[in-house]
Amino acid sequence: MNQRSLILFALVACLYLGTGFLQSWNLSLSILNAALLATIAALGVNMQWGYAGLFSVGTMGFTALGGLAVVLVSAKPNVENWQAGGWGIVLALVLGALSVMAAIFAWRKLPKGRTRALVVAAIMVGGFFLFRAVFDPNVMAAEAINPQFAGNLGGLGLPSLVAWPVGGLLAAAVAWGVGKTALGLRSDYLAIATLGIAEITVSVIKNEDWLARGVKNIIDLPRPWPVPYEVELQQVPAFLDLVGRWGLDPVTTSTIGVKLLYAGMFGLVLAAIIWAFERALHSPWGRMMRAIRDNEVSAAAMGKDVTGRHLQVFVLGSAVIGFAGAMMTSMDGQLTPGTYNPLRFTFLVWVMVIVGGSGNNWGTVLGGLLIGWLWLVVENVGPNIMGLLTAPLPDSWLKAHLLGSAEHMRLLTMGVILLLVMRFSPRGLIPEK
Amino acid sequence: MDVLNALVAFLNFVFIPGLAYGAQLALGALGVTLVYSILRFSNFAHGDTMAFGAMCTILMTWWFQSIGISFGPLPTALLALPFGIAATAAFVLATDRVVYRFYRRQKASPTIVVIVSLGVMFVMNGVIRFIIGVDEQNFSDGARFVLNPQDFKVMTGLAEPLAIKTTQAVTVVTAVIVVAFLFWFLQKTRTGKSMRAFSDNEDLALLSGINPDRVVAVTWIIAAGIATIAGVLYGLDKSFKPFTYFQLLLPIFAAAIVGGLGSPIGAIAGGFVIAFSEVMVTNAWKKIVNYLVPEHMATDSLLQLLSTDYKFAVSFTILIIVLLFMPTGLFKGKSL
Repeated sequence: MNQRSLILFALVACLYLGTGFLQSWNLSLSILNAALLATIAALGVNMQWGYAGLFSVGTMGFTALGGLAVVLVSAKPNVENWQAGGWGIVLALVLGALSVMAAIFAWRKLPKGRTRALVVAAIMVGGFFLFRAVFDPNVMAAEAINPQFAGNLGGLGLPSLVAWPVGGLLAAAVAWGVGKTALGLRSDYLAIATLGIAEITVSVIKNEDWLARGVKNIIDLPRPWPVPYEVELQQVPAFLDLVGRWGLDPVTTSTIGVKLLYAGMFGLVLAAIIWAFERALHSPWGRMMRAIRDNEVSAAAMGKDVTGRHLQVFVLGSAVIGFAGAMMTSMDGQLTPGTYNPLRFTFLVWVMVIVGGSGNNWGTVLGGLLIGWLWLVVENVGPNIMGLLTAPLPDSWLKAHLLGSAEHMRLLTMGVILLLVMRFSPRGLIPEK
Repeated sequence: MDVLNALVAFLNFVFIPGLAYGAQLALGALGVTLVYSILRFSNFAHGDTMAFGAMCTILMTWWFQSIGISFGPLPTALLALPFGIAATAAFVLATDRVVYRFYRRQKASPTIVVIVSLGVMFVMNGVIRFIIGVDEQNFSDGARFVLNPQDFKVMTGLAEPLAIKTTQAVTVVTAVIVVAFLFWFLQKTRTGKSMRAFSDNEDLALLSGINPDRVVAVTWIIAAGIATIAGVLYGLDKSFKPFTYFQLLLPIFAAAIVGGLGSPIGAIAGGFVIAFSEVMVTNAWKKIVNYLVPEHMATDSLLQLLSTDYKFAVSFTILIIVLLFMPTGLFKGKSL
């Protein structure tokens, strides 16, 4: 870290402090927490793009998978729904997985030719119908019970912290499948494939009510240890005593305290990931990754398994994104699949990486905190600015239209920032050494 | 057993919608493939270019409607189309001048240009939302049907109706005209030939005196034109909503890759492969099957392979199969 980076970080810190002093600390900390989570996801993207030059635009899907993991791990189990169809659904999923494995096995073992294609196709089609035959009635049975309040199988009821690594694992497993097919081909193919898997992941979470209630949303997910609920905190005598001694308002202090605690936890995770990756980057493995990125042909000629390394780093980066997604859902305490949109969860993260400096972890952190702040502040400030600009206009449909569309300004702003950085400072605010 | 009714139901629910959707995808994929083969990058802003073109056309259509101009039984949007194309072409050329030209001169790697096209996508998306908002807009007018389902029933005495919407007929006819024109242009005209030469071998084309700026400009104009037409046809047939155009990116790219990125014929074939697979997999076959099997075997289940919510999964699966087994696509594009 040189002087320039320190100044940049200080400036970003000023943004948050300014928000705290001028508006409210509550808002400032909310923005900080959202930005920290996006920053962790951005570190995952930075691994894929900055270290390995992989162009993946599936961040939204991996974030959503992390969120799903929180539901599956920490939500209360709905025993009646499980009894109605839970095991049937599991059996169907196992049968589906077995038929895919059988198809792969047949493909590997049979001699090349038309017979092989027919056999594999027959296994896949037969497996699909078998899967649906077991799956559909059980889903109907499971979703029919208590649909207003549950209708899903629920989770394991484990602590929320356990869900974080599970989110990472879930994302890693899906990333492995995608990477296995799309890596080693043209770079754009990975982009298209990840774009697709992200859309499909979100539509599965939206539509499979037995899994996580779909668009009916899951609320009341437990908080991760050690974060308390504000209402409970306000009744703890020690807390009230402390607040009273400092002359603070217990309600505001408890919300700020909870947010600070989250910020601390996310900060710890962020620090751990950066530490691990800085170590990895300065190891022989990191040098190999950069060698592969800078010249794939010569790295392959040196005997490096380019596609294998790409798969490794793609899975690792996706796991980090899934981890961040799980943390987000467990902070929100709810899974709302309708809120996953690619602009917010994929492309914004990309802007963070590129603005900050791809290939540099500190740059990514700076970019994440800066762009995260901008994104959430523009949302609040945009309409105000537009109100000032249109104040002289007479009341007309034009004025109403301009005021109404101010919220879309941030898309435009992000696009312009991305284009300007790519053009004039392609290495970002803190370039890779 | 009632083969005729089954056939009519098949035409009505599978063939005609698939044909219209396939034509829209084919036009979209043609634009992608054209930009890819000449400018050598995957244009992620293409979906939003379609939306932008459709938006310009919608605004013109509204103006025409307000001053009382109409196109008889055909949608007024067809009259507004040339203006939409002109506006989109102007916007896209300006984008090229301000954004892409710099990277072309620099000979930046395709991935960098793809990321830049993401930025362009953001900006276009913002502009579209700013001007027309995020809501659904309906701008189709004129006659609703070419073949009215009631008339068809009376005419033939069959139990199943057959409907051909005006927008479906317009889509297919327009697509045929556009494709014919494009192939004539690429094969027969001097500019078209220079474009193909440029796509085959850039250095050789430059050596033989082809003006690269001209080729690039013509490519952008054609791509903008096809994108606008595809966007308007899709909007007429379904409805216009900015976000659906972003989601069209996946089936369009799948179509272009299935056909072979860089191959115009492949893009058209890919468009129909994707569209028909999507319609067939998400169609409920109950009605058609019940006409074909004896009465005692009639089924109550919908016989739907996948719910329509998963239509993207169809394009995705086809894409994965093509990537696994023939990465160059059906028509041997120049990718890989």
